[in-house]
Amino acid sequence: MERQFLKGCEAIAESAVRAGCRFYAGYPITPQNEIPEYFARRMPEVGGVYLQGESEVASVNMVYGAAGGGTRCMTSSASCGISLKAEGMSYMAMARVPAVVLNAQRGGPGVGDIRPAQQDYFQATKALGNGGFQYIVLAPSTIQEAADMTYEAFDLADKYRNPVMVLTDGFTAAMMEPVVLPEQKSEEELAAIKAAKKADWALKGKVEGQPLHKISFNAGSKPPQGKFMNTGEDRNKTDAAMYELWKEEEVRYEEYRLDNAEVVIAAYGVAARISATAINILRAEGYKVGMIRPIRVNPFPEKPYAALDPAKVKGILVVEHSIPSQMIYDVKLATGNTIQIDTCLRSCGEIISRDQIVEDVKKIFAK
Amino acid sequence: MEEVKVYSRASSIPKNPYIGFCPGCMHSTTFKVIAEVLDELGIVDKTIECNGVGCSGLGLGYVYLDNVFCAHGRACAVATGIKRTNPDNIVFTYQGDGDGGSIGIAETIYAANRGENITMILINNGTYGMTGGQMAPTTLVGQKATTAPWGRNPEEHGYPVHIAELLDSLTAPAYIARVAMNSVQNVRKAKACIKKAFQYQMEGKGFSYVEVMSNCPTNWGMSPLETLEYMEEHTLKEFKLGEIRAK
Ligand SMILES: Cc1ncc(C[n+]2csc(CCOP(=O)(O)OP(=O)(O)O)c2C)c(N)n1
Ligand code: SF4
Repeated sequence: MERQFLKGCEAIAESAVRAGCRFYAGYPITPQNEIPEYFARRMPEVGGVYLQGESEVASVNMVYGAAGGGTRCMTSSASCGISLKAEGMSYMAMARVPAVVLNAQRGGPGVGDIRPAQQDYFQATKALGNGGFQYIVLAPSTIQEAADMTYEAFDLADKYRNPVMVLTDGFTAAMMEPVVLPEQKSEEELAAIKAAKKADWALKGKVEGQPLHKISFNAGSKPPQGKFMNTGEDRNKTDAAMYELWKEEEVRYEEYRLDNAEVVIAAYGVAARISATAINILRAEGYKVGMIRPIRVNPFPEKPYAALDPAKVKGILVVEHSIPSQMIYDVKLATGNTIQIDTCLRSCGEIISRDQIVEDVKKIFAK
Repeated sequence: MEEVKVYSRASSIPKNPYIGFCPGCMHSTTFKVIAEVLDELGIVDKTIECNGVGCSGLGLGYVYLDNVFCAHGRACAVATGIKRTNPDNIVFTYQGDGDGGSIGIAETIYAANRGENITMILINNGTYGMTGGQMAPTTLVGQKATTAPWGRNPEEHGYPVHIAELLDSLTAPAYIARVAMNSVQNVRKAKACIKKAFQYQMEGKGFSYVEVMSNCPTNWGMSPLETLEYMEEHTLKEFKLGEIRAK
């Protein structure tokens, strides 16, 4: 497997193509412009479609249409652009169509800052749009992970017939590093995936004697016998059962140097990467510190946090590029307020340094 | 004497549709015409309908076709995504004037400007029917609406938007027509234009648009018969019928 030196955006876009993404629509926004630019060059080579929508709203709705037709598809944006996509994301969750939405987070609120941040955690995990729906949210901390997770996102979307979000940030999108890209899926495999959707629920035109293909309220569960459609509450219950299933089957996290740790860092994405460096420095100095890193922020890895022993762990430090912290509430819920939680934060393009983390961890030890 | 069948229900309109329209509403006439056209062109099994939000969205349960429930105003973007990835299907949008001409005007203009090979049917009834008669982009000067209780006042609300003519300012669209459903003669003409719009799509010519002048007895506060008169005397004077462009 070939190692290449790639920018995050390029690695993401090429991985999507290799996963079989054959429709991409987006609207320019920093720091992820290289994603649409890459697709614009690359899609014609694989018989796919790239479209620059007239807005984020249009782009996400184009993806809704392409997804409804059974094509693997994707849109991406950053922060304030994702806010505009919320409408389409909500519709995709309503109709339960598989698609991939990527957010290369930047500062906020509003136009915020074009520089990187992690200020959309609530939006990604709690309120992607109206209606209380959820996506599985993948949170890469390196370009390698961004490539692998984008690829995986397409399979997850098809598996659950639900959109998936890749929650990355402007750091990872704009950096360059060596990466091994995932395998290109074969045309036969991709054709089989599309055909399976067409045979089941995707739009193709009505077939005599068979139920219509409706991309609307059907939401993954077939209407009861003799009924035109199931009730909204039925659909909410079906979705809720799926979200519960995710808690059993789709939680992913990493424990980093957690053995006998007395201080535990909670961080995802780029903040976890910087935290790992800080932990290595602290361990070398004899500090017992480790990290629980959510690899997916939804479903949140509650169990490893809940398993921390308050008799042994002095404190938790949430490291996040967001002021105020957003992930802290999930950590609090998981630990039931049994362990003191502190934060180490920066926002709107300011980068947390390993020294800041080292210092904040030492403060907890000194308490 | 031999019996000859001279009329039958269009194949995609079921006997007992799940949803209907108010009595005398021309949404149902329009759907009937579209369904007949699809039968005549032999494309029912290839057709995908993108419904707007509004009374147009009731088409989801009125016409039995594969369809998508699009967010308010976004049908042309959704249709773009479907058609670009399934070019062998026939894709059309069915939208209200609020849907395609106000909240979705950007999606409408840009799909038209890209020359997307889709057909857009826009129902111009001068009001927001579904939400109870608020002012629409097409409400006539002086015409009352729940949100313009003294009638549309140009100084405050601007003038009615002529969506067909707006699209006619673009280079890409292939077919643009405005038709009406208020008389037998006009329904016949409307059907010919709607058929032509779908034929344009079948021939790959690009964006085809038919604006259908319609009524809303419920929110105009008139009997269906009175709406026919009102259309003749007022609406059709503001919105001129005919083929505006046929490339
Ligand atoms: C984003 C959004 N805004 C507002 C509404 C409420 N709404 C539903 S239908 C409608 C008006 C539809 O009017 P029009 O497009 O003219 O169609 P008609 O009902 O007259 O056929 C509105 C404003 C909505 N559903 N979604
Ligand atoms: S409210 Fe108006 S547009 Fe809607 S179905 Fe009734 S008459 Fe037709």
